[in-house]
Amino acid sequence: MIERTPILNMVTYFIMMFGLLLILGPFWMIFTASTQSLAQVNAVPFNLLPGTEFLHNLQAAWHRANLGPAMLNSLIMALLVMVGKIILASISAFAIVYFRSPLRHVFFWLVFMTLMLPLEVRVVPTYNIAADVFEPVRWLIQTLTGIELSLQWNLLNSYSGLVLPVIATATGTFLYRQFYMTLPDELTEAAKMDGARPLRFFIDILLPLSRTNMLALATIMFVYAWNQYLWPKLMTTEADYQTAMVAMTTLVPNINSLPEWNVSMAGALIIMLPPLIIVAALQRWFVRGLVSTEK
Amino acid sequence: MAEINIRNVRKSYGRTQILHGVDLDFKSGEFVVILGPSGCGKSTLLRMIAGLEEISAGEISIDGTVVNNLEPRDRGCSMVFQNYALYPHMNVAANIGYALKVAGVPRAERDRRISETARIVGLEEMLDRKPAQLSGGQRQRVAMGRAIIREPKVFLFDEPLSNLDAKLRVQMRVEIRRLHKRLSATSVFVTHDQVEAMTLADKLIVMNKGHVEQVGTPLEIYHRPRTRFVGTFIGSPAMNFFDSTIAPGGKFVLLDGIQIAIDPVLGRDNADNAVSAGIRPEHCRLVKAGTANSVPATVDFVEELGSGRNVHVDIDGTIFAVSGDESQLFKTGATVGLQLPSEHIHLFSRDTGLRLDDAPALKHTTNQSTVAA
Repeated sequence: MIERTPILNMVTYFIMMFGLLLILGPFWMIFTASTQSLAQVNAVPFNLLPGTEFLHNLQAAWHRANLGPAMLNSLIMALLVMVGKIILASISAFAIVYFRSPLRHVFFWLVFMTLMLPLEVRVVPTYNIAADVFEPVRWLIQTLTGIELSLQWNLLNSYSGLVLPVIATATGTFLYRQFYMTLPDELTEAAKMDGARPLRFFIDILLPLSRTNMLALATIMFVYAWNQYLWPKLMTTEADYQTAMVAMTTLVPNINSLPEWNVSMAGALIIMLPPLIIVAALQRWFVRGLVSTEK
Repeated sequence: MAEINIRNVRKSYGRTQILHGVDLDFKSGEFVVILGPSGCGKSTLLRMIAGLEEISAGEISIDGTVVNNLEPRDRGCSMVFQNYALYPHMNVAANIGYALKVAGVPRAERDRRISETARIVGLEEMLDRKPAQLSGGQRQRVAMGRAIIREPKVFLFDEPLSNLDAKLRVQMRVEIRRLHKRLSATSVFVTHDQVEAMTLADKLIVMNKGHVEQVGTPLEIYHRPRTRFVGTFIGSPAMNFFDSTIAPGGKFVLLDGIQIAIDPVLGRDNADNAVSAGIRPEHCRLVKAGTANSVPATVDFVEELGSGRNVHVDIDGTIFAVSGDESQLFKTGATVGLQLPSEHIHLFSRDTGLRLDDAPALKHTTNQSTVAA
């Protein structure tokens, strides 16, 4: 259908431009602030033109927040979370879709319900478990048999502590379930006739077919993990395990320090970079994976 | 090569029964076609042989081994699916060779067998292509290559030709038959297309509503349909039927007062029975109105076929199809005579739908009643 409605077109374009401005405006302010000197950034009214102190501010932010190791920590955590989430989501959706068990709907809804329980809600019990992973097991064994075990596993201040508690994903499981359900049953049956056992079918057929789906999930999950603040802040007390988001807080001016917003904005720009690169690199797959499945 | 024996096999989903006790035996190397309308249970039966569907009751054995509880991979069957079910991310070679890869056949041996199979199905030039780059017929060949590379004991075909266009279908039909001749593995082919069934089968099985209606060679089934359903289902245009009774004395059946001669022996045994008499369009003859032994009829409409024509005539409201040859020309509305040769008339019981001269139970009871009388 082709419609010629110049006035309507202009109105819609105007609305779109306005929306774009709302989104990009703050980014522009971050950028200009990061290029100005301490005096310029605190001037009233705020000057929207870039200054000349950009490199200097970047350097200051990098050193002051010790961003080198922090970014590395964040990268390790985000990549591990991303990979872990994909593996876990693909396998649990496989179990839910392909195995006929009377409880599979129960399991699916249990997974689905965790969408309503984000980390922020369950942060205290999760911290408890992370501090002493085998506590429930010890309790169970002691109640059942009376034997007291001395199993201990403490996740605090470690990469496994940063990664494992946030690795379960209802969104990913759901995305994978929907994908599996679009595949024709004959494909499964053909693989059965060819002699493939379930795990073989999963690795040889399902995983390669889910490539777009997987990359879309990778994009979302990397950004999600990179942006984690609360959990790393709680988990890590040692500077060795500090992530970029936590390190960023040292750049935010407080009541006793100079209002160096130019440096903290420069820090924000640096930290924004890795997710931006990932999204830019994977956006083609990201869109395809969420919109439709490749045939 | 293997025999397949099916003993009293039933299938039900919850309370709904799909198959009501099927007994069949397929000889080793036979090409068996199972024919029936959609929903008759033919695909279910095939999938039960393959192991893709559980057997609710009864027993299926392949080569003397009961396979009820065997996984599909342990049954020695391979299957060609209606929509081909090729692995979209693998090229033709990988698709054909996947079963061997799973079985752990070494690479060199695998490649040798892939190229040999590709030669048989005519895909040597296509080995690097993905299924999406192939035409329907080529995909069908890949599916067949995938089935034959395992050198299975049994081939199962689940309506493999119904997604192809008419011309390709005829061509693939010939190829499947040729392939069977070459490999001579027992083949079971499910279809709803009677032409496919007639042309491919050594043994034809007609199914309806979860029952086996008739088993026989295509010609036996064509010439002596055991039930009224088989008579209607096979042949195009379909067999003509008229409800009538056998006249006292057993020499005629009556069609609205018109007498049509039948086999006197058969008639004597079944005198006064309500029957359904059938005759195939190609056995009816159209003659000039008023010719002896003819029934007056009106030409309703004519279908041109090129090699001949189907003339549909009206006898007191009953439409009869007649296959006419090219020499006869009829105008719509013309009055003609219809001859129904007695040797080609099939008589079925109107109650049971069974053929009269093929149903011992029916004959038996009528004989008794004759004795009693």
